[in-house]
Amino acid sequence: MSVDTQLRFDREAITAYSQANQEPAWFLEKRLAAFDAAQTLELPKLEKTKLDNWNTDQFQPFVTADKAANAAALDEVVKDQIDEAQASSLIVQKNASVVLATLADDIKAQGVIYTDIQTAVREHGDLVQKYLNQAVQADEHRIAALHQAVINGGVFLYVPKNTEVSVPLQAVYQVAGDGALVSPHIIIVAENHSRVTYVDTYVSGEGQGMVAQSIVEVFVGAGAHVQVASVRSLSTDVTDYTFRRAIVEQDGKMEWILGEMNAGNTVANNTSVLKGRGSHADTKSITIGLGSQRQNLTSQVQHIGTHTESSMLSKAVMTDEAVAILNGITKIEKGAEKANGEQAENILMLSPQARGDANPILLIDEDDVKAGHAASVGRFSEESLYYLMSRGISRKEAERLIILGFLDPVVAEIPVEEVRNRLRQALERKLAR
Amino acid sequence: MANVHLEIKNLRARIEEKEILKGLTLEIKGGEIHAIMGPNGTGKSTLASTLMGHPKYEVTEGSVSLNGEDVLEMDVTERARAGLFLAMQYPSEITGVTNSDFLRSAINAKRGEGNEISLMKFIRELDGKMGTLEMDESFAHRYLNEGFSGGEKKRNEILQMMMLQPSLCILDEIDSGLDIDALKIVAKGVNEMRSEDRGFLIITHYQRLLDYITPDFVHVMMQGRIVKSGGPELAARLEAEGYDWIKAELGIEDETVNANL
Repeated sequence: MSVDTQLRFDREAITAYSQANQEPAWFLEKRLAAFDAAQTLELPKLEKTKLDNWNTDQFQPFVTADKAANAAALDEVVKDQIDEAQASSLIVQKNASVVLATLADDIKAQGVIYTDIQTAVREHGDLVQKYLNQAVQADEHRIAALHQAVINGGVFLYVPKNTEVSVPLQAVYQVAGDGALVSPHIIIVAENHSRVTYVDTYVSGEGQGMVAQSIVEVFVGAGAHVQVASVRSLSTDVTDYTFRRAIVEQDGKMEWILGEMNAGNTVANNTSVLKGRGSHADTKSITIGLGSQRQNLTSQVQHIGTHTESSMLSKAVMTDEAVAILNGITKIEKGAEKANGEQAENILMLSPQARGDANPILLIDEDDVKAGHAASVGRFSEESLYYLMSRGISRKEAERLIILGFLDPVVAEIPVEEVRNRLRQALERKLAR
Repeated sequence: MANVHLEIKNLRARIEEKEILKGLTLEIKGGEIHAIMGPNGTGKSTLASTLMGHPKYEVTEGSVSLNGEDVLEMDVTERARAGLFLAMQYPSEITGVTNSDFLRSAINAKRGEGNEISLMKFIRELDGKMGTLEMDESFAHRYLNEGFSGGEKKRNEILQMMMLQPSLCILDEIDSGLDIDALKIVAKGVNEMRSEDRGFLIITHYQRLLDYITPDFVHVMMQGRIVKSGGPELAARLEAEGYDWIKAELGIEDETVNANL
């Protein structure tokens, strides 16, 4: 949409929503400042993708939904994503409303905060203020600013030092209805030597012209270990923008596991900033391009501390006329001695009309480092198909096995069995078409 | 299935423009073990791949039937379901597909929808057969052939054969790269499968394997066809004297066809 298109919301709408949620004044001020900044900021500059004609701002940000009394009362599309018996710590957001938020008592007793963002700004304002926008600034580009103006949910997860959260904390974000928006802001703070896993899934209901925009800020303290897994299964009617960034302190470890299973146009940027000496980041992502879908998926690591290590693995299966740009950016700053960054992008092309670009980018300003990349774009091996078929497996099934096998090294890493199974189902659904 | 009957008549096949099989005729019945020997590059592996339906080989003449059905009309999957099995010399490595998932898919593909093998029964059978082949149970969960040593791949081929219970088993140089202990284990697996309902075609360079699997018939292949047939004593003579006496006997020029891909 061109920049002069009228927005479907204004300062008054933002203020009304903020007040309805009893947000503190400082948070409303941040929203309004971002709203003003959005008028002049540019869209993000992406490698090989122009967003000028994408739907970046035509949405109704504050469509509310009724609370669910319990997990059983959630929409089917959401229930499909969760195991009710395991869902003791779960936050569910639909459009601009938190419809369910629970936290197991034993986790609460550890001093862990896991709550929706609006409750967090009310009840833990100082803590939220300390971290909000410390990883992703609201004025980085127009989408970040628009998001900040209309944050309509998200979660705040805080894990005190030396605390290990034994079960994954889950969230489901749902967008539904014509022009609806889901715009969660997710802040994860893992204090020194803590350990936590957060898993979210994104789903959509009926509707046209929907938008999802999310920002994830993760703060990994010294010696802490954070896993974030995300599975996005939004329909062709949703345009999805995601910016995730982690800042990792000394000897901390950040792990990302990303299932980009959207059917619609998608921009995702996933960055780990390895600030502390000996910090570590591991990013694995998979996608299946379908129909005329356009995707721009960037995995990025910035090495600042000495002895930092990173690995990135991105895999894409491209069908139909889909286009996917997979960018892998390893940046090693001056002074990051003994850093080691490895990345690989592998694309399996199933259609001559599809396009898959693997762009490994190494930006290295320090001599005493190791860095490597491997990119491949390939088609089915006839030899492998022959081998599988020679055991009585049909050609179609053999192809399915090879595709799933190509992606499995990432899928198998998903920390929650339920989510792993959901991702496998999402894969099967996309491949069954 | 009591009457397994493979009939190969005057089979000619080529890869790209090069003819490799030049009129090969062979008949295998249930209960029989046939060994095909011969120098390198005479078309032994081409015969195996052509029977299985490898896409790179084109049959130009002749016929192949299994129990009266035209094998050459079938695609690779159909040949396997009809009972053909090829233990390959160079099996593919398939990332992300575990050995056990693959085997279960293959078994169920043959059994058909609604008649799938129960998980318990499958695991019991797999455990038993891996025991026979002295394979560590971790192999069930490793990706298919990925990172397997040469010997492990060969054992894995025999494991698949034992699980799938085909009626006509072709073993393409299953002994190459095996040490003597592994060879004995593989032979044990094959011998366990000997039955009146099953025929074997064993392709080998060496007599060695035939010390452990006694064939009923031994054939010598040269220049794309079978030039001499006999019993186990033929294999022993080849081991002792090589192939030159056959070439001399038949007046064959010392020239081989290139069977490699």
